[in-house]
Amino acid sequence: MTAATTTTYIGARVPRKEDPRLITGDGLFTDDVTLPGMVYVSLVRSPHAHARIRRIDTTAATEEPGVVAVLTGKELEATGALPVFITVPSMNGSKHMPITTDKARYAGDAVAAVVAESRDAAKRAADAVTVDYEPLPVVVDATKALEPGAPIVHEEMKSNLVFTYPVKGGDVDKAFRDADVKVKLRLVNQRLIPNAMEPRAAVAKFEAGELTLWSTTQIPHFVQLIVALNLGLSQNKVRVIAPEVGGGFGSKLQVYAEELIVGHLAKTLGRPVKWTEERREGYLATIHGRDHVSDVELAAKRDGTILGLRVRTVANMGAYLQAFAPGIPTILHVFVVPGAYRIPAFDYEMRGAYTNTTPVDAYRGAGRPESAYVIERAIDRLADEIGMDPAEVRRRNFIPADAFPFNTISGLTYDSGDYAPALERALAMADYKGFEKRRAEAKARGNYRGIGISSYVEICGLAPSKANSALGVGWGGYESARIRVHPTGAVQVFTGTSPHGQSHETSWAQIAADALGITPNDIEVRHGDTFESPGMGVGTFGSRSLAVGGIEVHKAAEKVREKVIQIGAHLLEASPDDMVVEGGKVFVKGVPDKAKNFGDISMAAYLANNLPEGMEPGLEATVYYDPPNFTFPFGTHIAEVEIDGETGAVELVNYSACDDCGRQINPMIVEGQLHGGITQGIGQALYEAAIYDDNGQLLSGSMMEYHVPTAENVPAFKLDHTMTLTTTNPLGVKGIGEAGTIGSTPAVANAVIDALSPLGIKHLDMPFTPEKVWRAIETAGGEGRR
Amino acid sequence: MGQAITVTINGAKQTKDVEPTQLLVELLRDTLGLTGTHVGCDTSQCGACTVLVDGRATKSCTILAVQTDGAEVVTVEGLAKNGELHPVQRAFASEHALQCGFCTPGLLITAVDFLARNPTPTDSEIRHAIEGNLCRCTGYHNIVNAVRSAAEMMTTTAQPKVAAGVKR
Repeated sequence: MTAATTTTYIGARVPRKEDPRLITGDGLFTDDVTLPGMVYVSLVRSPHAHARIRRIDTTAATEEPGVVAVLTGKELEATGALPVFITVPSMNGSKHMPITTDKARYAGDAVAAVVAESRDAAKRAADAVTVDYEPLPVVVDATKALEPGAPIVHEEMKSNLVFTYPVKGGDVDKAFRDADVKVKLRLVNQRLIPNAMEPRAAVAKFEAGELTLWSTTQIPHFVQLIVALNLGLSQNKVRVIAPEVGGGFGSKLQVYAEELIVGHLAKTLGRPVKWTEERREGYLATIHGRDHVSDVELAAKRDGTILGLRVRTVANMGAYLQAFAPGIPTILHVFVVPGAYRIPAFDYEMRGAYTNTTPVDAYRGAGRPESAYVIERAIDRLADEIGMDPAEVRRRNFIPADAFPFNTISGLTYDSGDYAPALERALAMADYKGFEKRRAEAKARGNYRGIGISSYVEICGLAPSKANSALGVGWGGYESARIRVHPTGAVQVFTGTSPHGQSHETSWAQIAADALGITPNDIEVRHGDTFESPGMGVGTFGSRSLAVGGIEVHKAAEKVREKVIQIGAHLLEASPDDMVVEGGKVFVKGVPDKAKNFGDISMAAYLANNLPEGMEPGLEATVYYDPPNFTFPFGTHIAEVEIDGETGAVELVNYSACDDCGRQINPMIVEGQLHGGITQGIGQALYEAAIYDDNGQLLSGSMMEYHVPTAENVPAFKLDHTMTLTTTNPLGVKGIGEAGTIGSTPAVANAVIDALSPLGIKHLDMPFTPEKVWRAIETAGGEGRR
Repeated sequence: MGQAITVTINGAKQTKDVEPTQLLVELLRDTLGLTGTHVGCDTSQCGACTVLVDGRATKSCTILAVQTDGAEVVTVEGLAKNGELHPVQRAFASEHALQCGFCTPGLLITAVDFLARNPTPTDSEIRHAIEGNLCRCTGYHNIVNAVRSAAEMMTTTAQPKVAAGVKR
């Protein structure tokens, strides 16, 4: 490497390159794609959570005006099943057809598809499809699903057990024998509905043997691969485009039935086909998240030292395994449960269960919010039990800064970390010391005030392909990037990552700009189109894009930079070692007048008549990058709540967070990711819950019954950061997409329980709705304002 | 059977045949191709479809197209004038008040209406004003900053006119 890259734009609050089109209505989302001759799909979905399909009569539907075709699962059998990309040991995989043929296994399972000339005609005709169902006994609760005699969701299996996933380290039995204190908790991490603001949609056209599919996806390359394989097309004849994607949070990290259905229909009908999800339909047919019930036991000494942790969890997987589902409660959850603490003994057994509910997969944080909830609630229970400040219990158990790289009891290697400073800065921001005075003031008002801490560590940057493979992940953990400099000096960065709000166009341009000595405005970042991608891309999820995809943009830019230096030195008749790449120029160090413009260099690369001996013409680089390890962002979040003593309403009055995502490429974007993530975590703690009745009907079936937080439900956030660079990659970046969601839920929960602790309340399950809190206060004999 | 309505959309008067059941958002998106207005739910909760109808922020999924006969409708595509962005649009970009951008058109419109009626709002008034617009990405923090910042921009540029006419 010659002269080091300067960091002019890395770390700067560069305005977003995405914004001009999005604030003027120019952005193209999937449902905005309208093509001549287009037909529309409406799906017939089972109203029963579990029912055998005796007969489907499509005659009346076919006769409805405007109907083009009616499909049942039989016609789609040849397209094959939906994919599952992760296989964990002892897993009983489910066969998941795009349209079910034998049974409906959850309310919302697709049983037929209707194609018509208009959306309305398709909906009307879908209502005219008659399905003769034989309702079967239903199981909704995952623990009950594992009991003998439970209704079996997949009859070819003997039980609903998807997997048993044990992870052990140290001698837990001894830890509990030696303990002064043991605390025990049953934690319900309730089911959530992701609610990306853009409903899912898919549009397909088939022309000249080539299928183009626009889809609301986080993983266009995986969709391309599966659509090609399942529809019998050569992969080079399937173009998947993820245009603007209106949020995902894991819910678009799938290959969904509808993508295969519109692809199949476009191919067989020869007309463009569109399907757009309605919100209520999405509540049934788009994946849900979380849904764990955990029994947690913590063994400790009286001085707060943790000796051991034992956890038994049942994860509700829903009716079918989705693409990444087996990895969420296992790989992304169990290993990181020990969190920021030195825990000498660990025994975790996770079991997954099929139920007659919507499939569960990744939702922002995906397993890690559940981890933080387990350990951070347990630590607060311990603090309460031994009468110690919860901040002090955390300090006493943190992995010390000089212990990194640190091998955790669960088998991970944290490359770096420094947890105490983040805690102390968050405590200072939250005026933790002054809290008891505020609690007393609230009490005088008849209210209960509480403060809650959560010090999380998460695992992201997925990740080394070999580690993935050892864990059962059936895909590589790399990303791909290509930088193409045109003869005029115009620069395009192509990335395999696929943003849907994460601002990659801006951040990736900042990274490339610094390496190439130009500005982010000189660089166009292109993504989400498999026909112009650098190669195979993996996609955007698990806070991986920067730590994997951003690094290869950096590496590709360094390669181009090296060639720019070589050409510049050749043209300037100077040594490459003396070259500076800066301000759109290449010049000799100390002699800025002896310079070539960036465009002169690129033109020379393509004229190719005066290049260094043996150099290939052209100016571009393609990089595949496979990271050597995961990354481990961390931080401390502190929530302060005041509970109305009369109504039980919880008001979140203060929120402070100090996070460490390593080097920040654009602090403005980092803060935005935190604000949104924190709000989603607050949503789980205070407002959100997917609720089924015993018949498997989703009672929280629309935005009227499921409360997505509004602007009035959350406060302004106080943010700070520390910067501990990861040693895993050359930029020291770790990832920030999910940190807010992981840190916030336990902080709010701990604050609510802290507020109620004077009443002797030790635990309540989320969400802390006014009714639930009011009942708890009443039962505990709270005084309130009465 | 269709019914002819005349409606001014983003300054252009148009006469269109609409079905009696057609929603305003369907007229905008499907008939006129104004796809900047989005549909995010089916229960009038999310506010992604908010447009100005005679100056008032209105969820276009909750009003029939025929009800806008004779009205003036402004969508996100009509906020910029003569190539110059509305201060609310500028503020949303400068304050990083959008991420995926799906809810943004509705929020911009809501903010424009709100600031027309309350040019110097407090933060809690801003939060109340936008509570009918859901955003899953930003946690609202920067949206509140953007609306406040737009209010400041708009009052600063408006002030000289006022000051010229009023002796203090």
